[in-house]
Amino acid sequence: MARPIGLPVRSRPLPPTPFDSPATVSPGRADLFLGFLRIGLLGFGGVAAWARRVIVEERRWLTEREYAEILGMGQILPGPNVGNSAVMIGRRFHGLPGALLATGGMYLAPLCILIVLSLLYENFGQKPGVVPMMQGIAAGAAGMVIGTALKMAERLRLTVEAVAILAVAVVAAAWLRISLPLIVVVLAPVSIALSLWRAGLIGGNGAGGMAR
Amino acid sequence: MTLLLQLLWTFSILSLVAIGGANSALPEMHRRLVEMHGWLDDATFSQLYALAQAAPGPNILVASVMGWAIAGPAGMAVATVGMLLPAATLAWIVAGFALRMRGAPWLKPAQGGLVPIAVGLLLAAGVIMAEASTAQAGWPALAIVAVAGAIVWRTDYSPLWVLAGGGVLGLLLL
Repeated sequence: MARPIGLPVRSRPLPPTPFDSPATVSPGRADLFLGFLRIGLLGFGGVAAWARRVIVEERRWLTEREYAEILGMGQILPGPNVGNSAVMIGRRFHGLPGALLATGGMYLAPLCILIVLSLLYENFGQKPGVVPMMQGIAAGAAGMVIGTALKMAERLRLTVEAVAILAVAVVAAAWLRISLPLIVVVLAPVSIALSLWRAGLIGGNGAGGMAR
Repeated sequence: MTLLLQLLWTFSILSLVAIGGANSALPEMHRRLVEMHGWLDDATFSQLYALAQAAPGPNILVASVMGWAIAGPAGMAVATVGMLLPAATLAWIVAGFALRMRGAPWLKPAQGGLVPIAVGLLLAAGVIMAEASTAQAGWPALAIVAVAGAIVWRTDYSPLWVLAGGGVLGLLLL
């Protein structure tokens, strides 16, 4: 149960990069809870960005690529992508208790804060200064999310076709405003097929491999 | 009691619509909470959405705030559980499947195929946030976005500095 979903880092065919650097640390149960508590607490504006920061950069539980893969699975599943990621990361390290600890940790602090905020909002929501400050934070958060995506794209050493898929996803979601489920349903099979082709597996076709 | 059950049901459905995050479930949430059931009016819905955005944590918690507004603390509990449980269960099952298939030669490349989509949608979310921010607060907001993005991309400083800096600049410029 505690075995990682993926192959060990060193046996992966990808060339080691300075970023995808060596081993990851396997968190204990308390670490898992505290890590996700931190993600939830810090998670202003874009939890996926903060989750990456804590999991990949600070605690090194996963490599850049492993995190991106789990986030990708979280995104094609219904429900909040970081919530799905928390379940999968928790399960990977500590089974059901891990999934519960990660999920609980992530939602605990924000829920408490939201309760307080709901109670305070009517009193303070319209005070001068609050609105511009919140707008400034929101702008900073937008930059944080964009910066995180750029950082990931750079470090993941994407193939040409992966960059093309990335670009299509951005244009479809940000400019054309196509709904995310539709983007995922259309783009995921194409992207997976391209990835299987790149790995030399497409001759036997993906579905045939799946049956085995 | 029936209200709570209705809430649980409604948010469970929303949970399964929310592919990619809360925002894709938002239109359906509005349809069900405001138009179908009349639990909230339009203005309240927007305010609660803004409130949830201001708080840390996954933006799916917008469901919790709406639950609270509709039926108090019990409503919040029911909405949160409804929103999280179906999706989390599905994620659990898929994670187990991936675990069992570990070592299958197609699994890694298949997962790898999701990577550019994950990064692309993250980037798109940032662009959409930046647009909303600029629409509300004008060009100084765009400057904050650009500087914040460059810092997070190019350095390893905690993004907390970026958010704090954004707040201070917001006070000064906006």
